Amino acid sequence: MNRLAEIRKSLAIACWFMFLTFPVMVIRVNTIEKVIDWRWLNMLYIGAGSFAVSLLWRYLMGRAAGGPKPAGPEASAPAPPLQRLREDPKLYRPALLLLAAAALAYPFLVSTYQVNIMVTALMYVVLGLGLNIVVGQAGLLHLGYAAFYAAGAYTYALLNHHFGIGFWTALPLGGLVAMLLGILLGFPVLRLRGDYLAIVTLGFGEIVRLVLENWNAFSFGPSGISGIPRPGFFGIEMNLHGATVYLYFLMIGLCLLTVFVVRRLQDSRIGRAWIALREDEIACQAMGIDKTRAKMTAFALGSTWAGLVGVIFAAKTTFVNPASFTFLESAMILSMVVLGGMGSILGVALGAFILVLLPEYLRVFSDYRMLLFGIIMVIMMVFRPQGLVSGIRRTYEYRKGEPVEHGTAAGR
Amino acid sequence: MEPLLDVKNLTMDFGGLRALDNISLALREGEILALIGPNGAGKTTFFNCITGIYTPTSGDIFIAPPGKKRERINGLAVHRVTERGLARTFQNIRLFPDMTVLENVMVARHCRSRAGVLGAVIRDRNTRREEEAIVGRSYEMLKTVGLSEAVNLLARNLPYGAQRRLEIARAMATDPFILLLDEPAAGMNPRETDELEGLILQIRDERKIAVLLIEHDMRIVMSISSRIVVLDYGQKIAAGAADEIRKDPVVVKAYLGEGSDA
Repeated sequence: MNRLAEIRKSLAIACWFMFLTFPVMVIRVNTIEKVIDWRWLNMLYIGAGSFAVSLLWRYLMGRAAGGPKPAGPEASAPAPPLQRLREDPKLYRPALLLLAAAALAYPFLVSTYQVNIMVTALMYVVLGLGLNIVVGQAGLLHLGYAAFYAAGAYTYALLNHHFGIGFWTALPLGGLVAMLLGILLGFPVLRLRGDYLAIVTLGFGEIVRLVLENWNAFSFGPSGISGIPRPGFFGIEMNLHGATVYLYFLMIGLCLLTVFVVRRLQDSRIGRAWIALREDEIACQAMGIDKTRAKMTAFALGSTWAGLVGVIFAAKTTFVNPASFTFLESAMILSMVVLGGMGSILGVALGAFILVLLPEYLRVFSDYRMLLFGIIMVIMMVFRPQGLVSGIRRTYEYRKGEPVEHGTAAGR
Repeated sequence: MEPLLDVKNLTMDFGGLRALDNISLALREGEILALIGPNGAGKTTFFNCITGIYTPTSGDIFIAPPGKKRERINGLAVHRVTERGLARTFQNIRLFPDMTVLENVMVARHCRSRAGVLGAVIRDRNTRREEEAIVGRSYEMLKTVGLSEAVNLLARNLPYGAQRRLEIARAMATDPFILLLDEPAAGMNPRETDELEGLILQIRDERKIAVLLIEHDMRIVMSISSRIVVLDYGQKIAAGAADEIRKDPVVVKAYLGEGSDA
């Protein structure tokens, strides 16, 4: 009965679509021979297509809404594979070892091009984790993240251009400049909330890009700065492949460092303050947390990672110009965080890999890339708004009433 | 003896509306002071003024923490007020729903701990020790309110009564000398209310914390409060011990309306 109603509804939708698209899809006026083509076959395709899509949509919506489920209570269902992988140390350790081995062997098994793509992916992992501090943990919607990324890249580019400063000196400086910029922006902005904050950060991102584009004397305008040296390794000359592999391991290192720092922050007094801030701002303040300070810390730390990656970006491409730091860049990084799962390290990394690697390997569909991207985002937000991997809350065990052991448990 | 909390001529206007009109009251050591009144009388506004969420239009709020100097706290930021030792719960429960029960309480230890970003990343001896102390203290708080079995549950999954008790544990974890409870018994069944009564008395007697209580449940108000202050339309219409309040014709009128002889 229910199914029949569904089919009837989908049929109605199909008819409606056929009617709507009738003038465009069926009638074609041939102006040369002054005849009208009636393309009835098109109508059939549209009808069948919209019927199928509508039916699928209904089915998925029904499932998402927890509709008819043949299985018993949900609690008895096994955890999704990713969750299980994280919780069971017997699976977790070998998986981690395997991953490490694969990561080590990777650059020696594939071409320079592939390694290069992976470097890009790793860069976005770090960017995503940095933004995750601001968006996922502290709950501040930040749409101008690319500005801090640009700050890092231009720090290295300009310092190198004017003073010949090398990569390793520029790396911490880039992070520092981005952090200072974050604090500078934070002062006026962090009293805002939600949508307002999003708009202001969006504006800030555009301001930074426009300044870089138009202040020729400072940033060399749209033509950018070229000839930025790649990172050195104790003065050894490297060919392109060597340099790429070196950069790859550099990025692996930075990724590990980021994960380490982010995890420790998550489990600290500061990380808890961020999450509390995200959950309920008023209660958070009433519990004695300085709201402004907590927001500022999140903003500054998130920006620092963008600055670091910015320096590496400049070194990787050996060229920077403002076109690399558009709003689309900020939106991409934000999408990685949201797609992967806000607040979850594994999720954000996964999101970054998906959004960088998929377009690379789907070059065949390059014309439809943005279309596909949009569709994926819509579907994700409808059916799994919490992202691919949901965050984990730390748990504590008790023996003889004393807290001793730490573990993890699924949450959210 | 100086009162712990001394409110003098407190007035709060929202545009043309006077939500609180010249309220004065004092809370002394070891007291449970109940604030009652019909809906919209300004009780929660009074709490919000004291805890810094609103800055009062006029009047003074003084606190005198035991062993410390008397201080005026009008217009102080919310977290500074909490730091001074005033902790509150909320009428509409405001927990951190996606954090565990224990973490909810651990957050409240924020203002009594110091670890910074560097400490969190390096996790040196001091930070580790501090973190252990936070966990220990929070667990102890949860034991006091009877939630020690639920530490690792997400706060959102707790039953209603337990959420109210968790709010109290969280407020207690900030080491206050005054606890402000905003309708802690709302939505509780009679057994839970009895337990809550015991808990509030225990907090006062064992931890020497004075309690300012907003409550609609007259049974709990009459049985545990040392004194009662009645608000109506932002004005203090009566104050005194439970027996006096119960018989006060003005109070009866405010609650039941004109012409009633209840």
